[in-house]
Amino acid sequence: MKPQSCVNINKEWDIVGARQLGRDIAKKIGFGTVDQARIATAISELARNIYLYADHGQICFEIIDNMEHKGICMVAIDVGPGIEDIGQVMEDGYSTSGGLGAGLPGVKRLMDEFDLQSEVEKGTRVKAIKWVR
Amino acid sequence: MDDILKLDAETYKELMKRYMETRDEQSLYEVEQASKSFIQNNILPDEIVNMHIQALEELYPSLSEDIQYSMNFLLEAMIAYGIAHQEYQTLREKQSELKSEISVAASMQETLLGTTKPDIEGIDIGIISVPAHQMNGDYHHFIKGRDGSLGIAMADVIGKGIPAALCMSMIKYSMDSYPEDVMSPKAILNSLNRVVERNVDPSMFITMFYAQYLPSEHKLRYASAGHEPGYYYNAANDTFEEIETKGLVLGVTPDTAYPEYEMDINKDDMVIMLTDGVTECRDGDRFIESEEVLEVIRYYAHLPAQEMVNQVFKHFERLQEFELRDDFTLLIIRREV
Ligand SMILES: Nc1ncnc2c1ncn2[C@@H]1O[C@H](COP(=O)(O)OP(=O)(O)OP(=O)(O)O)[C@@H](O)[C@H]1O
Ligand SMILES: [Mg+2]
Repeated sequence: MKPQSCVNINKEWDIVGARQLGRDIAKKIGFGTVDQARIATAISELARNIYLYADHGQICFEIIDNMEHKGICMVAIDVGPGIEDIGQVMEDGYSTSGGLGAGLPGVKRLMDEFDLQSEVEKGTRVKAIKWVR
Repeated sequence: MDDILKLDAETYKELMKRYMETRDEQSLYEVEQASKSFIQNNILPDEIVNMHIQALEELYPSLSEDIQYSMNFLLEAMIAYGIAHQEYQTLREKQSELKSEISVAASMQETLLGTTKPDIEGIDIGIISVPAHQMNGDYHHFIKGRDGSLGIAMADVIGKGIPAALCMSMIKYSMDSYPEDVMSPKAILNSLNRVVERNVDPSMFITMFYAQYLPSEHKLRYASAGHEPGYYYNAANDTFEEIETKGLVLGVTPDTAYPEYEMDINKDDMVIMLTDGVTECRDGDRFIESEEVLEVIRYYAHLPAQEMVNQVFKHFERLQEFELRDDFTLLIIRREV
């Protein structure tokens, strides 16, 4: 049985809650300080996107612990407007913050695995994993 | 990667230890060098802060908790810088990819548009064409007719870079397809005008000067499609005259007529053809006057034609502090005997 825990994102304050939970899990499974900080930053990006573009959604964490790997998996889900041109948003320099390196391409860099599914008017699902080294 | 990090962390700790003991400049110099190698190995700012934290913990195990927490706080503050740095790296790689693609395109252009300066008894020809960027939007071409005549085309696309260069290839291939008997300047411009009108975006303008030199009669026939005027050097009077022409730039309307002119070329006379990259050279904020170009040509007039154009180019290249603002093409023909 895999332990899973979720945080609902409804207001800006919930972003902090998601970071806190993510960081606690990361610490517990043995991530170092740098990785904890990176995981927290990735959570912020995903949670902010939900808060800004989809109004509300959820971020769920899961610990992955099998023979070879140990890591944290986070999934951000919303039923908001979706992303029309995924290729474009994954390009460096596209995000509205103007090439400050964050945004979805930033999440991809911060984490080891990244997956994005989005359907216009249906919603968005971003999954990202980081492995303990 | 992890190994490099561990090694660097160890180096960092040792350097810091030595510095704390001696406060010497040597350690500061060495950490400067280490910092360069961090950049080379893509070690991010947050990782460096982390090295510092670890070094602190190992060197000062009894350090106050407050300081340790404050260091963790600093680490969080550095995360975004790390991502920005990675993005910058990626962009740099992309940029160098683009650059090398363009340089392949530029050498392809050179092959496609290549023309060799013909050797013709009794006339001396000098030509230089230097692009401002990688690809040349100026074009010149020599065509040796079966009747012994020499056709010279010089063209300039208004605009620079890749679009201009692509446009030039089209001009070149249209010209290649003309049969020999329509090689009069007038006929060539008429026909190119229709090609450009049909095929090129209206926002793109092409100017062309087409000249045909008849060595047996010592005559020059020419026509111009709105091109930068050339000059005629009259050796007997030692004067330069502007070569006046009428004719609209290529591609404006399909039925533009291009009047053809003719002049006699005497011994030691010169014909100078150029693009606006020559006449619009700038000295600081000032555009040079066309008289200045002629003065410089006169200064080097004792040299063979190729030497002459090379020296004129060098002069203006230097005047512009080695940064051309526009493609530069200059051609000089001199009648020798
Ligand atoms: N969950 C989502 N639902 C709908 N659209 C989204 C969602 N997440 C991102 N987007 C769209 O993708 C774009 C890019 O997102 P990204 O997070 O990369 O940058 P940003 O939010 O614009 O700027 P930054 O995150 O750097 O402040 C957003 O502007 C938004 O239009
Ligand atoms: Mg965002």
